[in-house]
Amino acid sequence: MFLRLVYESFRRQKRRKLLAGIAITMGVGVATAMIAVATDIGDKINRELRTYGANLVVTPQEDTLNLEIGGVDLRPPSDGAYLDEADLPKIRGTFWHHNIVGFSPMLPVNADLGAVGSVPVLGTYFSKGLTFGKEQFATGVRITHPWWKVRGDWPDDNTTDVLIGEHLANKAGWNPGDSVQINGQAHRVSGVISTGGAEDNEVVVPLALAQQILGKPGAVRRLYVSALTKPEDALARRDPKTMTPEMYDRWYCTPYVQSIAAQLQEAIPHSHAEQIRQVAQNEGTVLSRIQGLMLLITLAALFASALAVSAAMATAIYERRGEVGLMRALGAGSISVAAIFLAEATLLALLGGTAGFAGGALLAGQIGRSIFNSQISIQPVLFPFVLGIAVLVTFGGSAAAIRRAVKFDPVFALRGEA
Amino acid sequence: MSAPSVSPHTVVARRSDRPHTSMFVRMLIRAALLRRGRAASALLAMVVAAAVATAMLNLYVDVQAKLRKEFRNYGANIVMVDKEGQGLPAGTLETVRQIVGPSSLAVPFSYVVARTTDGQSVVVAGTDFEGVKKLDRWWSVTAWPGQGTGSALVGAKAASVVAPNGGRFDLSFKGHTLHLVSSGTLKTGAAEDSRIYLSLADFENWTGVRPSTIEIAASGSPEEISATIQKLTQALPSGEVRPVRQIMEGEARVLGKTRATLFISAILIIATAALCVLSTLIGWVFDRRRDFAIMKALGGSERLLNGFFAAEAAALGTVGALIGFAVGVGAAVWIGRANFHAPVTVRFTVLPWIIAGSVAVALISSLFPISLLRRVQPAMILRGE
Repeated sequence: MFLRLVYESFRRQKRRKLLAGIAITMGVGVATAMIAVATDIGDKINRELRTYGANLVVTPQEDTLNLEIGGVDLRPPSDGAYLDEADLPKIRGTFWHHNIVGFSPMLPVNADLGAVGSVPVLGTYFSKGLTFGKEQFATGVRITHPWWKVRGDWPDDNTTDVLIGEHLANKAGWNPGDSVQINGQAHRVSGVISTGGAEDNEVVVPLALAQQILGKPGAVRRLYVSALTKPEDALARRDPKTMTPEMYDRWYCTPYVQSIAAQLQEAIPHSHAEQIRQVAQNEGTVLSRIQGLMLLITLAALFASALAVSAAMATAIYERRGEVGLMRALGAGSISVAAIFLAEATLLALLGGTAGFAGGALLAGQIGRSIFNSQISIQPVLFPFVLGIAVLVTFGGSAAAIRRAVKFDPVFALRGEA
Repeated sequence: MSAPSVSPHTVVARRSDRPHTSMFVRMLIRAALLRRGRAASALLAMVVAAAVATAMLNLYVDVQAKLRKEFRNYGANIVMVDKEGQGLPAGTLETVRQIVGPSSLAVPFSYVVARTTDGQSVVVAGTDFEGVKKLDRWWSVTAWPGQGTGSALVGAKAASVVAPNGGRFDLSFKGHTLHLVSSGTLKTGAAEDSRIYLSLADFENWTGVRPSTIEIAASGSPEEISATIQKLTQALPSGEVRPVRQIMEGEARVLGKTRATLFISAILIIATAALCVLSTLIGWVFDRRRDFAIMKALGGSERLLNGFFAAEAAALGTVGALIGFAVGVGAAVWIGRANFHAPVTVRFTVLPWIIAGSVAVALISSLFPISLLRRVQPAMILRGE
């Protein structure tokens, strides 16, 4: 009889059930989408923050003082120590290699450009294909320095084509496709580069060409690494030497900028890795602000959807006082009446919750694609959690209305005197 | 009702003098008072929806300003350098400060290459330490130099060369020697680590070189910053002004994505809140179908009935919006404090929008059931069918 009552109620009152169901579906959908977005926003914004460029720099351990003013290195190019280019792919073998978005080696040299005289030349990777073990990957300034813009084409790393800085190109009247003499050798200008920095007055060339100009194959002056990191906390700031072994493990296995720096140092012999504080320190604050904001907004969304669901349930039950009156008049106890309504509510919550979860997952995916151009994945673990909350909220919304409906005198209810 | 001593005729006579509107108002007020529970729950739904909408709109507008402030921690977004390598003319800094306004920072830097006592070259910079403290917050400094002369901030790498044990060291530039005391070390992970920083006054007395670079942290939207750059270029032809593209593009990108996420969240939340109002109000009006039927049976015209329910919805919407606005502003201020440690400025410009939206939702949700009920004979409703 109990099952039949519930079944018939769904069969005969399609409109009302549909209304309540829609409210639950929408509420759960919005809640799911917001939870998914809020849990993923940290990772998404972290990737966007990589637009600021590298947050780590690796230099030779025994380096001479850097004589750089306004981005121009005044130190004689032959002076100081170098890293070995052959060591670079080893970065892929570090513990946190998945967090390393890209890296670019830099080798500043000077060269004679004929008409304009001696000019700084910067050797680097543009998008160089490298192999580590069986893994193939590409890295270079196109990943680590996204604000560098090229008119014309980026050169291929395996050619000797060059990029001319914007100001230099304007001064000498060079355009993409022209040919320039560097130390007496002709090179094709594949594009004109604009960075808003010192490179606008330089020539940017593939690393191998700069090494050839310097006469030191495999030399790299410094290496910029762009990594996804976790905002710094008290543990991150501690000196690893003073940590207990468990603490050290935890520190080593957390993608703090410090622990990634330590791992880079281990991977590349005779190197010193340092965080670039301007980038590394600030991304933590920006990230935590945005995450905090999304958390609070998600709470607001959960609150609003809980309210919408419970309001819809309360209304649906309030409309059915007549039914309650009839059941009571036929001798049903308040517990069995409540049981029927709560069973209906549970069923509605499960159906609406499932539909809402699916809809919310789609919505989150849509948000991810349209805003961040990447997928927002929903953990399946979330499903029972969301469903449980949906049932609880539906119960909560119904309970007060059921109590009122049961208390109401059946005589009045049946006579329709509300 | 009237006291027994007064005859019904006098009551009728007295009431007929009154303007007709009093009955309308009375019906509105009594409807709300007699069903306090239902009216209160409808109002509550309205208040919550309006509050959520207010908080979201306030945050949406204000968060951009708040986040821009956070992004200024990345330091200068405009750099001005001298074109000819002669140093910027005297008075440039004052002009720059005038143009960018008091909410922005402008800090001068001058550079030379000096020699240590054992002949090593090192870059020495002169700057305004008070300005740098605010501009470059990521500088990790053990101790800033004091007010007096002769104290220097030494980069971590430079320290190992010039003053391995801390303390005193000498630098020479073009035959002039300067005695300095290291006040502390500086660590940034970039070129600053290899430099030695002096106060601008010490630096100029020693070298006679004027500042060659001014780093500017201008606040405002990208359009405002472009305008500032234009103004600076026009006012100071001796310098080359350029945006720091790394900073500008990073900020534009992160801010844009955050705004878009916030916008979608705001729409979703406001839609959910509106749904809540809709279901509550529809229930409320349906519930009162008997009132509707009686009014109709007593000869109320369609127009009057629609007007009555519309006025009720409008009143509910307005009152709900006003209370909700106050609550929502409170919520936004709290979120601002909790997350950004700065209060959110209240924007009264959203109030008309909130009221209009609330009234619109209330009207839709009360007129929809009325249009359904209109088709039904009053007798059917009164019989409880």
